[in-house]
Parts: sequence; structure tokens; C-alpha cells
Amino acid sequence: MSDSGSCHGAAPQTVNRKAGHYIALVGPPNAGKSTLFNRLTGLRQKVANFPGVTVEYHVGRVRDESGRDLFVVDLPGIYSMTPRSEDEKVTHDVLVGANLSLGKPDAIILILDSTNLQRHLVLAAPVLALGMPTLVVLNMADDLAARGGSVDPAALAKEIGAPVALISASTGEGVERVTHFLRGTGARPIAPAPKFVFPILQTLPARRRWAGRVGLQAGYTAPAPPEWTRRLDRVFLDAVAGPLIFLIVVLGVFQGIFTGAQPMMDGVEHLINWSGGLLGSYLPEGVFRSLLVEGVWGGVGSVVVFLPQILLLFLFIGILEDSGYLARAAVIADRTMARVGLQGKAFIPLLSAYACAVPAIMATRTIEDKRDRLATVLIAPFMTCSARLPIYTLLIAAFVPNTPLLGQFLGLQAAVLLGLYVLGFIAAVGTALLLRSSVLRHAKTMFVMELPPYRRPSVQTLLLRLMDRAVIFLQRAGTVILLVSVGLWILAHLPYENGKPPAIEQSIAGQIGRAVEPVILPLGFNWKIGIGLITSLAAREVIVGTLGTIYGIENAEKDSPPLIESLRKDLTPGGAYALMIFFAFAMQCFSTVAIVRRELGSWAWPTVQFAYMGFLAYFGALLTNQVWIAFR
Amino acid sequence: MVDTSGRRSYPESAMQLSFNKGGGETLAQLRTGDRAYLHRLDLPEEMSQRLMELGFLPGTIVVAAGSAPGGDPRIFRVDGSDIALRRDTASRLYISAQPLSEAELL
Repeated sequence: MSDSGSCHGAAPQTVNRKAGHYIALVGPPNAGKSTLFNRLTGLRQKVANFPGVTVEYHVGRVRDESGRDLFVVDLPGIYSMTPRSEDEKVTHDVLVGANLSLGKPDAIILILDSTNLQRHLVLAAPVLALGMPTLVVLNMADDLAARGGSVDPAALAKEIGAPVALISASTGEGVERVTHFLRGTGARPIAPAPKFVFPILQTLPARRRWAGRVGLQAGYTAPAPPEWTRRLDRVFLDAVAGPLIFLIVVLGVFQGIFTGAQPMMDGVEHLINWSGGLLGSYLPEGVFRSLLVEGVWGGVGSVVVFLPQILLLFLFIGILEDSGYLARAAVIADRTMARVGLQGKAFIPLLSAYACAVPAIMATRTIEDKRDRLATVLIAPFMTCSARLPIYTLLIAAFVPNTPLLGQFLGLQAAVLLGLYVLGFIAAVGTALLLRSSVLRHAKTMFVMELPPYRRPSVQTLLLRLMDRAVIFLQRAGTVILLVSVGLWILAHLPYENGKPPAIEQSIAGQIGRAVEPVILPLGFNWKIGIGLITSLAAREVIVGTLGTIYGIENAEKDSPPLIESLRKDLTPGGAYALMIFFAFAMQCFSTVAIVRRELGSWAWPTVQFAYMGFLAYFGALLTNQVWIAFR
Repeated sequence: MVDTSGRRSYPESAMQLSFNKGGGETLAQLRTGDRAYLHRLDLPEEMSQRLMELGFLPGTIVVAAGSAPGGDPRIFRVDGSDIALRRDTASRLYISAQPLSEAELL
């Protein structure tokens, strides 16, 4: 999963050239760029043990002694200076100065994996030939030493005519040398490129021979093979154990999010109810209290409850990704993906789409083949993103009894949730097949995947990412969902009659809901759900907040029963399942529409996609409810 | 060659292999644990360039390291890293038991 590009469009950071110098951080995938970036800037950045994870550049600020700002730009991983995928083109353009918004960097930090130095040095040749001040960082020093390898940084520096620092970004060892280089760059005008005429090497074999020679001169001893990785691969890629572990991992993640998050969710819910009640008791009875307690607390609070669950999902995906297992999963999945006309590389964006479709669609840039990429973008929103979780969880808790199916391991509630995930997956596969047999027909493409050594995910990195996720989620709860909740509260209180707000059915919101009711009644939805379907066009989870607000207003006189109780009165089980099916298919997310438009460069594809998914959603829900009515 | 309609596909059958100039053994035939010298990449420019960046350079030793469950894609160990390739791609990479001569390397 890649979440460079924050979910739901946080504004990208930009570099203000006047404010300071900027340094480009480049290197091949898996060299540890993002880890070093985190170390240097303290800002969060996505770190993953997977080729090509950083699809957009990210900027971090470093302040030098004189108080001047330096900017470090983390660029997507590249294998060569010949860009072949969209994200490699980003890096290439920045380095040659073709990126107009950034301009040419003042200096380059080239980070290479010291455990695979000679192959990685192949990239050093074209980068050093650019003639810019460059620091060559040899990362994974701890791993190199542990496996009995060695290198002489000073000798290497002499060979390539650029400073060399041997560091370990994950432990922090030697990072001060990089900081030192950065300060040197910022404190004084950039020194002219070193007086070292770098040989221009045109072909790859020539560069590889040069890299081998340079490595030899630098006293490079390659480390012993990563024994642990090989042992683990024998298990994880085993003909029998491999697919079994794959399945257990997927099932475990789903059961984990459902049961593991429950105590935390109960806690958060308790806290929100308690604070809402407290707030209500301190405020005088009136419009303002109603707005705050029903509109804001009811709307925003019912969404915030799902924070623990969403964080748990991101935690699981993060662990799988950073450990290196995800790359193996892509290899295992390739054969199946090939059958539906996709490839293993599409597995990673599609898996990240389980968290959020927005970063997933951006991550498709690592797919070199244009048609493979388009197909992946078009099916990604079918994957069950975390915004669907609040709706699913709410409806399942309200309508599905938790009967044990496989003892402790799988209950009926988790099984229904898993079923919804599978349904989204099937819709994606069906759509992929449809695309492949029609507009995107072509021969098989190539699948190449580097399998990085397994690494222990850094707790710090995982926590940083979760914190970041929490901030994004709460920001959204505090902006989009807050605005929709307040707007809805207002519409539900107008027009005033005799100085009193109308009954909710007679309000503007109620009238809108009742206007769409005839269309959605066959699906088992009443006008309240109708309002939710409209507000959730902005983002899926908004419906939960909307229902929270509506029920809050409706029950303002009495003690509000929990959302679950109100839903049970308002929906039949058929309608509840229909609503789940509706959300499994519908493209109820403005951010996704916007990112598809941006990535594919036209309104045509997102329009078709929205209509197609809406069609499936409506008729899928209709079928579900009608089948329930028929067999009731 | 890049075209729009009939992009070349790479079937695995031996029939197809005989059409290739020189014929010979390919990486797809290498059994797990075996090693050989990479001789030639018979792929479109763009694909062979990508593979060469990952270490599949003529003259390099390639070890068949394993495969995904089901035997495809296969995993090859080349120049210090493990790379997964589909069988049909591997069947376009020709190998030889002997190191390449100086002339062949250039």
C-alpha cells in the first residue's frame, strides 16, 4: 500500500525555493530512502519494504544552525535514469530539472543498499554523471556487518569522486554524517561540482562492469546470503503451506479488526456519549444545545467511534508491507491475477484499496503497462475501503447475531463482514474480466517483482503512520463530516413554523428524503436512509453521521436510544442487507472520483465508473431486498 | 516494436521456441537449485532493459531459487537479489552452461 498522497486529498506540501536550498533524496526501491527521510526530517513518510512505494515526492524540512530552512525531497525509487513508469518519470524530471514547480535540486543524496552494493552502484553512474553535489549514502550497515560483509567508504569516495557515508537508517547509526552534509549545503553557497570527470557510461553492461570494478577498489566484501529470508521463503512460498498461510493471514486480519477493536470502540463510544451528556447538561435548553448535541456530537461522534477499527486495519497492512511479506503475496497472487487479465503488481494497489482507494489509485503508477494500470484504477474502488467499515459494522451489529461458526476463530458477524469483502473482490474481478474482453483487450504483459529480504517492521515507523492516519481521519471528521452534520441539522430544522422547528418529516431535509423515497423504496430504504445516501455522496461514512443526527433530532424529546436500536426500528433485515450491498458497489466518494480524474486526465473514465458502480449498487440492493421479501 | 493491435505474446510451447534463432535452453527449463550463465534476452527492448537493470545482464550467473505455489511465477537469484518472473518471460531468456566469451559479452 502506498499512502504517499494522503487519503482524501490533503494539500501537497510544496517547496518554497526562496526559503532555502533543496536536496533530492534518490535511490533504488528498497534502499531505505523513506526510513532515512523520517530520520532526517522527523516528518512522517511512508516506509515500505516494497519496490516503488513512494509515488509522489514528499518534502521535509531541516533547519540548519543559522536558522535557515533546508528542504529534503523524497523521490520515488528508480532503477535507472531511463524512466519506464509514471513514478520513475517523477524522479527523472526532478533530477534533470524538467520539473517546473521544483526546479533543479541544489544537491543530491543518493542512497544505496550496502548489502547489494555492486548492483546498486549501477544507478550511481548516471546520477553522479549529472555533475551535481552528491552524497552517496550506503544504507543497511548493520545488516552488512551482521552478515559478514564490509566496505571501505573512504576508498569508495576516492573511486567515485563524491563523499560517501556508511549508515544504518533504521538504527540511526551514522545518520549524523548525512545531517552534516545537509548543513554544509545550506550554510554556504553550493560549491561547484567536484573536480572529477565522471566517465559517461552509455550501456547497462558497461555500467555494471564499472560498478564491479569500483566495488572491488573499495574493498567491498559481499555479505553472506540472508539465511532467514531464504528459510522464511521456503515456508511462505511452499506449494501447500504458502497458500494456507496467505489465507490464514487474510482471515486473521479480518477477525482481528472485528473483535480486536471492539473494546477500544466501546471505550470511545462511552467517552463520546458521556461528553455529549455533560455538554448538554451545562448548556441551556434551546437551539444552540440542540445543534451542538444532536448535530455535532451526534453526527461527528458516531463516525469517530470507528477510529480504532480503521487504525487497526492500517496497522495490519503496515506490518505486512514493511516486513516484506506483501511482495511475496503479490507473487502468490500473480497467477490468479493473470487469469483475470491483471498482474501481481496490481495486487498491492488493490490491497491498499482495502484501506483507501485514493492512495491505491496513486500507487498504480508503479505499473508500467498503461492498460494494466487503467484496469487497476477502474476496479480499485470496488475493494472494501475503510470508509465502508463504519456502515458495515453498524449494520452487522444491528442485524446479524454473533453465532459462532468455527468455534472461537470465526463468528457469523465476522463471516458476513468477510463476505462483503469477498463480494467487492468478486465485483472487481468481474469488472476486470469485462474490461479485458472489451475495451482493454491485449496480450499478456510482463510481471517482474523484486523480493526484498524480510525485515522487522520498525515500531516507530508504524506508530508514526498510525498517528498520521488518525490525524487525517479526525481532520475529516472535523471538516467534511462536521459541515455535513451541521448543514443537515439546519436543513432538518427549517422552515420554522410559529417560531418552532417542524417535525423532521416536514423539514427541508425530510422533504428531500421523501422526494427520493419512491426510487429507493423497492430497495427497502425509507426517506431517512435516502437523506443518508445523498449526504454520503461526499464520503461513505457520512451516512453514519447523518443517521446519528437524524435520529438524534427525532428522539430529542426522549433519551436517545443508541443508533443501533433506532436502525432496528427503521430497517428490515432485507433492507439492511440491501444497504450493505449498495455500499459494497456504489462509488460514494468524491475524493475517489477526483483522484481518478486527476490520474487518468479526463472526466470520461470517472463518469463511466461512477455510473457503472451506481448501476450495480442500485440493482444489487434491489435484488437483495426483493429476494428477502420473497423468502421471508 | 510497439503496436496497438497484436502485441507479441510469449507462449511457452516448444513449437514456438524452435522459431527462435539459435534455439537452446532457457531459464524456464532450469530446475530449482540449478545455475547457468545468462546468454541472451529475447524480449522487446523495453522489457529487456528493465530486466537488465534488475541484474539480468548477459554473462551473469542466474540461480533458479524457487517458485510461487503452483510453479508460476518462478524466482531467480541474480546479482544479489531474488526476482520473480513469469514462466513465459523466463522462456525468452536464453542460458548457457559456459561463461560467455569476450566477444559475446560485447
